[in-house]
Amino acid sequence: MKAAVIVFPGSNCDRDAAVALEHVTGRKPLMIWHRNDALPDLDLIVVPGGFSYGDYLRSGAMAANSPIMAAVKAKAAKGVRVLGICNGFQVLTETGLLPGVLMRNRDLKFICRDAWLKVGTARSDFTAGYATGRTIRIPVAHHDGNYFAEPAVLDQLEDDDRIAFRYCDETGAITAAANPNGSQRNIAGVLNESRTVLGMMPHPERLADPLLGGTDGAPTFQSLLEAVA
Amino acid sequence: MKAKVHVTLKQGVLDPQGKAVHHALTALGFTGVGEVRQGKYIELDIAETDAAKAKLAVEDMCKKLLANTVIENYAIDLEG
Repeated sequence: MKAAVIVFPGSNCDRDAAVALEHVTGRKPLMIWHRNDALPDLDLIVVPGGFSYGDYLRSGAMAANSPIMAAVKAKAAKGVRVLGICNGFQVLTETGLLPGVLMRNRDLKFICRDAWLKVGTARSDFTAGYATGRTIRIPVAHHDGNYFAEPAVLDQLEDDDRIAFRYCDETGAITAAANPNGSQRNIAGVLNESRTVLGMMPHPERLADPLLGGTDGAPTFQSLLEAVA
Repeated sequence: MKAKVHVTLKQGVLDPQGKAVHHALTALGFTGVGEVRQGKYIELDIAETDAAKAKLAVEDMCKKLLANTVIENYAIDLEG
């Protein structure tokens, strides 16, 4: 699998993503600096977590207008898979590749802990390695993870089976108490219409190795590897 | 020409920061404050003397960068 990780000033999960990708695929991904305006032939682009451009104006707003994102959009339009994690999810909503927006957490606090997620759909190259309805544990670390979209957009996402992950409790129940940040309908990750772009606030790259305390994030990368094999 | 841009959250979009400010005002004894909504104020110096052209340019800036129109409205005032 030919993968690239985009690196912005302020990205801080780019190397974690690279390690997770190499661990699963056996190949080092390309690390692409934000000033580049072209991308080579690729199977996967990862837009990593962090605080690109210091979160100035709005999280992801500056990065969304950087030279490299025009190239990412062009690749996404051709069906190249794009995975946005945390700040990467914020960047993808700001570019319009994914619907909605990530607002300040309901309780205004930065949240850094493991979260339980329910897999909303296995119908994508990112989630095929999970069974729909499976409960997994993945860390979250964000200040702006409160997913918002108009009710009609949320209904459309549900009708299209495009909600990849929802926050739940340990038993898999999707409750208000299990919603860490106030996200509409407990949404933690969504797919685009063609199911080739995924944005998610939790960090699968941080829990993809037994040495890090768990491997619930690994199937995200394994699924992608199998999809392009 | 100077453009003054106010970016505010749309009605119906929850504003947790505004709520926190309201809570703090109440704690300070400022009763009688209704809802508090927090926004952004941006000043731009525009190299343009034609107000209509300046307004169009700033509207474009608002749509593309200054506001996220999924959740935010913007208002533009031109001076000079």
